[in-house]
Formats: sequence, structure tokens, C-alpha cells
Amino acid sequence: MAHAEEVKHDQTLPPNPETATLEGKNKFLGFWFFLGGETVLFGSLFGTYLGLRNGVADGPTPAELFHLDLVFIMTMLLLTSSLTSVFAMIAMKKGNFKGLMLWMWVTVILGLGFLGFEIYEFVIYVNQYELGFTTSAFSSAFYTLVGTHGAHVTFGILWIITLLIRYRKAGITLTNAPKFYVASLYWHFIDVVWVFIFTVVYLMGIGG
Amino acid sequence: MNNVHKGVNNVSNAKAQKSVLWDWLTTVDHKKIGILYLVAGGFFFALGGLEAVLMRIQLMFPEASFVPAQTFNELLTMHGTTMIFLAAMPLLFGFMNFIVPLQIGARDVAFPFLNSLGFWLFAFGGILLNLSWFFGGAPDAGWTAYVPLSSSEYAGTGIDYYVLGLQISGAGTLIAGINFLVTVINMRAPGMSMMRMPLFTWSSFVASALILFAFPALTIGLLLLMLERLFGGNFFVVELGGNVVIWQHLFWIFGHPEVYILILPAFGIFSEILATFSKKRLFGYSAMVFATLIIGFLGFMVWAHHMFTVGMGPVANAIFAVATMAIAVPTGIKIFNWLFTLWGGRIQFTTANLFALGFIPSFVMGGVTGIMLATSAANYQFHDTYFVVAHFHYVIIGGVVLGLFGGAFYWWPKMFGYKLNEPLGKWFFWLFLFGFHLTFFVQHFVGLMGMPRRVASFLPGQGLDSLNFVSSLGAFLMSIAFILFLVNVVVSVKNKAEADPWDGRTLEWAIPTPVPEYNFAQTPLVRELDPLWYEKQHGNGKLKAAEPLDDIHMPNGSILPVVMSIGLFVASFGLIYHTHVITILGLAITFGAMFVRSIKEDHGYHIHKEDIKKDEEVG
Repeated sequence: MAHAEEVKHDQTLPPNPETATLEGKNKFLGFWFFLGGETVLFGSLFGTYLGLRNGVADGPTPAELFHLDLVFIMTMLLLTSSLTSVFAMIAMKKGNFKGLMLWMWVTVILGLGFLGFEIYEFVIYVNQYELGFTTSAFSSAFYTLVGTHGAHVTFGILWIITLLIRYRKAGITLTNAPKFYVASLYWHFIDVVWVFIFTVVYLMGIGG
Repeated sequence: MNNVHKGVNNVSNAKAQKSVLWDWLTTVDHKKIGILYLVAGGFFFALGGLEAVLMRIQLMFPEASFVPAQTFNELLTMHGTTMIFLAAMPLLFGFMNFIVPLQIGARDVAFPFLNSLGFWLFAFGGILLNLSWFFGGAPDAGWTAYVPLSSSEYAGTGIDYYVLGLQISGAGTLIAGINFLVTVINMRAPGMSMMRMPLFTWSSFVASALILFAFPALTIGLLLLMLERLFGGNFFVVELGGNVVIWQHLFWIFGHPEVYILILPAFGIFSEILATFSKKRLFGYSAMVFATLIIGFLGFMVWAHHMFTVGMGPVANAIFAVATMAIAVPTGIKIFNWLFTLWGGRIQFTTANLFALGFIPSFVMGGVTGIMLATSAANYQFHDTYFVVAHFHYVIIGGVVLGLFGGAFYWWPKMFGYKLNEPLGKWFFWLFLFGFHLTFFVQHFVGLMGMPRRVASFLPGQGLDSLNFVSSLGAFLMSIAFILFLVNVVVSVKNKAEADPWDGRTLEWAIPTPVPEYNFAQTPLVRELDPLWYEKQHGNGKLKAAEPLDDIHMPNGSILPVVMSIGLFVASFGLIYHTHVITILGLAITFGAMFVRSIKEDHGYHIHKEDIKKDEEVG
């Protein structure tokens, strides 16, 4: 694996370059474990939110706040970005470096779009509905859960951009293939968490 | 060609010799990191012990005024927190780091850089926590930090140190856990199937899985408490819709598995010691493995037995009571397997084995009081008395601490290249064991007579005087014993150890002492459980090699883990004292170091086979 850079001009890249080396295998497995831990992390936040979502004190309730149209657009942006990162991985496995870069950039842009809407959403809640972080137990739990997800999205975007710039000319190598693959796994995970937020926070907030 | 190689090698040697301190700060060698864990953990163990002794002096006589009540609260909080997070777990990590890769025939752990990061995060988290003694008072809400005791309304900055110190060191623990999981799954030598792994490796593996699923719950608990204390969140503020029981659930969803994170590796150590010194294969190996897995699983199902008196209702209490008692079954299987391992064996009474033998009855006593506590109806009587204190010290000292000392005597020759003195070790063992039972046995009765835990004093004439006095005497005996251990560490330095001093069974005894940085010159081929013993019985006593002798790839050292940890350390001060500039500065240091790490390509270096050959001949 030390000589991975030398492999880059080799046209016979293995079919699964992300797990072709021991280092890649370790990264791959370690990252799945990390996501297991992240699941407990978000599980704890969801549990907290479910325990506190009726604790609105004198502040606005979930039903007054949430608007499906906004959340729908956000969901579509994020789900699509998951799809485009799949396209990127397909390109990688075919040895198509340009395709990998292109689809990863599309993923980043869609992620930025999601993040923009999320910030817009929070601004509206704070300004129009006067729902601050300290308004009620519900508001604290809401901002913590959704905000932690937002922070994950932000980190994911910065991570992928770093990879894209760092390896813009490198081609697919046995060193960077696991890195792209793991980043896309992370991105899917963020997406799955959002599906749960969409259901548990927004749909259950509107529907009761 | 040869000269070129030599030149490269000399450069790296020169770098290593430049400064010993720099070498230890930048090391990514799992063996050195293991020793770092032992040194840091040992320091915190002494500190936690000192805190305990101060408390026992205060409780030696009724209405004593040796330490003020506030200081007593701080001492008991820091004693618990230090012993669990900064002593017991890191000391076990020390053995895991050093021994697990050797036992599975690996050259290294899966992520050497992260391994170093995990250690430094723990170290700086621990330092941060203890600096609270000097800046504004240590945390004083108990190691469980229940809200609202730990809310800003009732607790000072000490709890901020608690929240951030544990958050940082917890991140280090999580990283270490993931590292061991991947190492055990991906890095085993050829032939080392899962069902041929030594029990210490198995139990470390299961403990790592528990870390992975338990620590994120603590992360969130601490995050919520931090947001509440520093940013005005309302998770636990009842007037605004909050709920204090959420903290208890999150804390114990982490906290109960935590006791298995501690005890399982200790069980593993005993399994190694008992098999080695009975000169027998471990009885019921596969039953031991499955018992370990079942204990690990059940450990997650029982957290609410810490909350029987919260008011969850009889149904929830009954379910958690029964689930808790179920753990006695696999634990009983283990105890019997240890006894059967001894049965008919050629038992050698080395110090290490004495600790294993002393563990069995001591731990069983702790287990029995555990069943008593798990009886939810009776728990209302035992709750928050010294009976509980006696119970958990019986399992943690009788299990984990005896395991740590047994492991120290067992693996010391391999780790440090010299054997600890046996007669001095036996004095240490008997003093410690006697002191331990003296301290905590009487506490059962103190508790049953109604003395509450966590109080700074008690009244005379309630039948508590003499038992408390005896308990304190026991604590002094344990302290003297520990000093004897430290003396042993120093005076034994000249007892140079051979590679296999105990006539061992597992792979770590097959390599030279001191262990070369690449561990195995050639990855061994494993043919059976207890591979070294198998080769001693069926072969020429040497392991067969699974590969030809070749260059070995090694990772480069790095200072970045220290820098990342310092960044979070600095950021914590910014948070505690509400100085945003410092927080941002600290985070910038950490993320900057992460950025450097991801941008800089680092392929490590090679040790060439000519040099390995030379090593082998000398060794």
C-alpha cells in the first residue's frame, strides 16, 4: 500500500479498488463500526427529542411551526444527493475518474442546497415564530437533534470538498479509492438519519 | 542498493535517538502506546486511591472534621470518576494495546495513528478534569452527575470540567474501541480463526463492541448537560417542559455496559493466567467465548436496574430485575470453567496466579450481593446505602483491580523486559487482598444498618463507629500494599526476563523480549488453540512461518495526535470560561491538524529484511 501512488497509471485497477488493500479493508470496516456508534448517537438524540417534544412550555408547538413544502424540498435535495454519490461510486468502480469527480461535485452542490434551506428554516423559526434554543425543552431538543444532523452535513461537505481538491489530478488510486468510498458511506448515513428526522420530527409533528 | 537501504534506515534511527521525549510524544507503536496507557493510568490510579484514603480518614470517627463537607463531595465525585474513566479503563487499554496484536500474530493495530490519538485524547481529558482542583473547585455532584444536582443552579464550574474532560477522553475511548474491533477482525495471522483466539483477545473484542455502542450515549448525555449549563438549554428544566430522568437513562445506557467494559477484559486476563499456571488448556473454551458474548449482550439490556427507585413502575422494574439476574447464568458458567481448569492441573502459585485464585471467591461475593440488589422490591431498602458501595467495590476491586494486578505480574516480563520480584509480590497480594476484604466486607453491615452513601459524616452511638474504623484500617492496608507494588517495580529492574518465563501457551510468548518494533519477523502460522503450547507439544517448539522473510512496512510517527488533543483541551477552557476567542482558537488547532493529516501523504517506511535477519540473530 506504500506504493499506491505508483499504481495510478496502471490501467488494471481491481474491480473494487476501495477494498483491494489491507489499509482499504481496515478503513472500510472501521468506518462501518464508526457508523454503528453514530447510530447510537442519533438514537440517543431521537430518544431525547421524543421524550421532550410535548414540553413546549409557552412556546410554539411543532404543529404551528412545521411546513411540509419546505421540508419536502430539503428531503428531495438530500435524497437526490445520495443518488448522485452512488453514481460517483459506480463511476469509480468502472475506473472512470472524471465521472467520479463530476458526480461527487454534484453531491456537494445538492448538499449545500440542503444546508441553505436548513439555515433558512432556522432563521424563520427564530424570527417569525420566536422559537429560540432556550424557549422550551422542545426547542432545545429540536435544535440539538436537527442541528447535530446539520453539523454532520456540513462536515461531510467539507470532507468531500477536501478530497475533491486534494485528488483533483491524482486519478483513481488504491490510496484514494477507500477515502472516496468511505466519504460516500458517510453521506448515505446522513441521508438515512434525515429520513428518520423527516418522519419522527416533521411528519409526527404535523400529524400528531 | 544495500547501502542505500542502510542510509535510509540510519536516518530514521538518528531521528528516533534525537530525543526520548519526542519519541514518546510521536510514537504510533502499539507497544509504546500500551506502556503510555499504563503509566498514565497508574498515575490516576494512585490519585484516585489518595482521594479514597482521604475520605476514609474523614469517616474513621463519627463527626470528624478532617475534610469539610464540600471537599468530601468533591473527593467522592473525583474518586469515582477517576477510577472508572482514568484508571481502570486506561490500564486495561494498556494491556490490550500491548498484548492483543501479539496474541493474534499481528504486526500492529489496524489504525496506528488513531491509536495514538485515542491515548492523547484520554490523557488530555484526564488532565483537564483534574485541573478543576486548582481552578474553582472539582466537580461535586457524584460520578453520575445527576441533574439537577449538576445543573448550574446547584453546581459550580467543576461540572463544566467534568462534562468537557469526560467528553474528550470519551472520544479517545471510542476511537480505541473501533481500532481493536478492526484489528481483531482484519489483522489475525493465518490460521488464527476466531475460535482459536485467546480469551483475553476475545474479551477485549467484546468489550470494544460495548464501547462502540455505549459511549455515544454518554457523548449525548454530556452534550445535553453542556448545552444546558453553557448555552441555556432546557432538557432538564422541568418548568419549561424538561425531564431530569432523561439524564439518568442516557447515563446508565452508557454506565451499565461500562462495568462490563471493565470486567470482561479482566475475565480474559484470569483465563490466560489460570490456563498458563494450571498447565492445562482452558476448560470449556467455546462455552467461555459464548458466555462472554452473552454477558456483553445482556449488559445492554439492564441499565434501568440503577433506577428502580425512580418511579418507573412495577412492570419495568420487574423486567429489568429479571434481565439483570439472567447475567448470573453466563457468569456462573465462567466461574465453573475456571474451577474446572484448575481441577487436576499442575497449579503453580505464582503471584499472578494468586491474584486469579483470590479473584474467584471475592468476585462471587460481589455477584451474590448483585443478585440481592437486582431484587427490585428489596432494592428500595438497599438503595443509596453503603451496601451498594460494598457491592460495587467487591466486583470492581475483586474483579477488575485484581485482574489488573494479576495481568501486571503476568505480562510485566514481556512488556518491560524484567520479572517482578515474587516474594515481594506475594506480600503485596496478601496485604492487598486482606485490606480489601477488611475495607468492604464491613460496609455491607454499615449499609444494612442504614448508613447512607455519599455523606461526609455520621453520628456517634448508632452502632456505626467501630465498623467504620475497621473499614478505614483496611483502606490503609491497601495503600501500603500498593506502595509495596511500586517498590517492587523499582527494585526488580535487574531481574532480566527471558522471552517465555512462564512456559506460556499463546503467541505473545513466542517472540523475543524486548519485542522488536515489528513484533513478528515472519507472520506465524497458527495450527491450533494455544498455538505456542501446541508447537511445544507437537513440533520443535517454534512457530511455523506463514510467509517468507521480507521487508516490513511500518507507519511513521506523528505529533499530530498531541496537537489535536491540545486543541480540544484549549477549546474546553474557552467554553468553561465563556471566552469565544479561545474556543475558536482551540477548535482551529484541532481542525487544522486534521486538515494537515488528510492533505499530507504519508506512506510510512520499510524495515529491510537484512536488518531483520541481523536482529533475529542477535535476539
